[in-house]
Amino acid sequence: MPLRRRRALPLATRREVAPRIGLGLVQVAALLWLVPMAWMLVASVRPQSFAGPGMASLIPDVAPTLRNFMEAWEAADFPRYYLNTVIIVAGILAVQLLTITLAGYAFARLAFPGKRSLFYLFLLQLMLVPVVLIVPNLTMVARVGLYDTLAGVMAPYFASAFGTFLMRQTFAAIPRELEDAAQVDGASVLQRIRHIYVPLALPAFLAFAVVSVTAHWNEFLWPLMVINSPDKRPLTVGLAAFTRGQEGAQAWGVIAAGTLLVVAPLLLLFLLFQRRFINSFVTSGIK
Amino acid sequence: MADSAIDGGRVWHAEVARRTRRRAPRAIGAYALLLPSLAGLALFTYAPLVQVAWDSVHMRRAPGGAPGFAGLANYDAILADAAFRKAVVNNLIYAAGTIVPTLVIALGLALALAHSDRVNNLLRAAFFMPVLIPLVAAASLFLFIFLPNVGLLDFYLGRYLAHPPNWLGDPDVALYSIMALTIWKNAGYYMLFFLAGLQAVPDEAYEAAYLEGATSWQRLWHITLPYLMPTTGFVTVIALLNVVTQVDHVFVLTKGGPSDSTNLLLFYVYQQAVESYDIGKAAAGTLVSLSVLAAVTAISLGTLERAFGGRT
Repeated sequence: MPLRRRRALPLATRREVAPRIGLGLVQVAALLWLVPMAWMLVASVRPQSFAGPGMASLIPDVAPTLRNFMEAWEAADFPRYYLNTVIIVAGILAVQLLTITLAGYAFARLAFPGKRSLFYLFLLQLMLVPVVLIVPNLTMVARVGLYDTLAGVMAPYFASAFGTFLMRQTFAAIPRELEDAAQVDGASVLQRIRHIYVPLALPAFLAFAVVSVTAHWNEFLWPLMVINSPDKRPLTVGLAAFTRGQEGAQAWGVIAAGTLLVVAPLLLLFLLFQRRFINSFVTSGIK
Repeated sequence: MADSAIDGGRVWHAEVARRTRRRAPRAIGAYALLLPSLAGLALFTYAPLVQVAWDSVHMRRAPGGAPGFAGLANYDAILADAAFRKAVVNNLIYAAGTIVPTLVIALGLALALAHSDRVNNLLRAAFFMPVLIPLVAAASLFLFIFLPNVGLLDFYLGRYLAHPPNWLGDPDVALYSIMALTIWKNAGYYMLFFLAGLQAVPDEAYEAAYLEGATSWQRLWHITLPYLMPTTGFVTVIALLNVVTQVDHVFVLTKGGPSDSTNLLLFYVYQQAVESYDIGKAAAGTLVSLSVLAAVTAISLGTLERAFGGRT
């Protein structure tokens, strides 16, 4: 390999242990990693939908069929589940964007008594993630009259410590002079946030949105506890109930099709915007 | 400020007056901006903390009766509950058995795929995809993978094993099957952090090692790994959080069974609250989870502050 070409490689990877023994191994591992999803794809269009010796085969069938999807679509109210999940995810995100922008600005730009203590109070939520508090949170949701509502599923996530810290860091990196100029022109705090900070922080907002949407699209235990009526179930809760039903019938092709319906939107977005997703998750750390 | 007081009292007084005049309305403004977040945190983090602590020392004497103070009776009850003790032990095995292998795999993947090119990006995507699917969806797929006789594992591996185990039905095996799913799901996530961490290793360190004639193992051991220590700490914290907070797959695959062999702490809490309506025991169980999290927090506060640029 000519020297110049070699220099282009990050030194961390050049003639390192893992690449030498590992690249072949990693390719085998990648295939292994893809097996569950490959099976899902193949089995979802398999004509034979019940458990038999060939159900596990990863070799696609000659004559694929959409019958499993039709059966899944009829067995569970997927359009309703989609709608509920979209409402939950969008509702959480909309309120979060508001709360994290305001709090992020306060921590980034303002001096006030108790700032450090308040910062630690926020930090607490990074650890005491709402899911650990499902039992008392459920009591609270019931107390404020939100039991068995989509708003009840959303409520614990309206404040986001992670989002607040992300915005605090982003806002702090924006030159203060921009704001000072606007202040001289008589712009109020909210106007300065809206017209100076928000437009310059769009990449951070997008990163936050990716992480928030993914986390809440995939959440299960909390909505399972809050939601009682079948017509208010989000996708994950609907899928679990659906899987239980179809498992009894051993209809594995239908389960594969139903699972595909649930995971498809995020996976498609990921395949389209790979870099954006990956960068967002690197900044996330904690959901 | 002390300096200016020595320099001249009048200047200092004027300065203080100016600052307080400006600071008072500013402070109120700051609290107003924090209010929406604080309201959310108060309702769904701080108040529930108090509530769960209160619940854990109260108990209903009769069904439907008012809860009365019970001291540590709820804690005695969970400690006497074999299912709880089993859940704690399982959670410890689950933590050790998922965190260590997942971190090792993630680090290996990051080292192998650190160089960004078309092939490596595809491989990274393959490992990252499980991160994006719901844990329940992953569990639905693994339900078939672990199915006796006709499932994926038995179909492809069964022919090499004289007696393939009942992956989810055998109490000695089920927890390890669940751990396999967890490793599959999280390795790609942790890989991302190691990839980012590798970018931060300065080239000079490697140059020096080359000049000294260090072997690749020596470079890994003495340069790469030390530089990755902060990343490793951070990923360990996230992994610890995950083993305490994620039990969706247990719900779908085994419901904690067979005979509590896959029960984990949070699932036990869920069972007590939703299936047994025993809020006291659920609350006591929650406090055990919380104290684990508090311990993790105390140990890792420095790591978190670094990650979020915590100097205020």
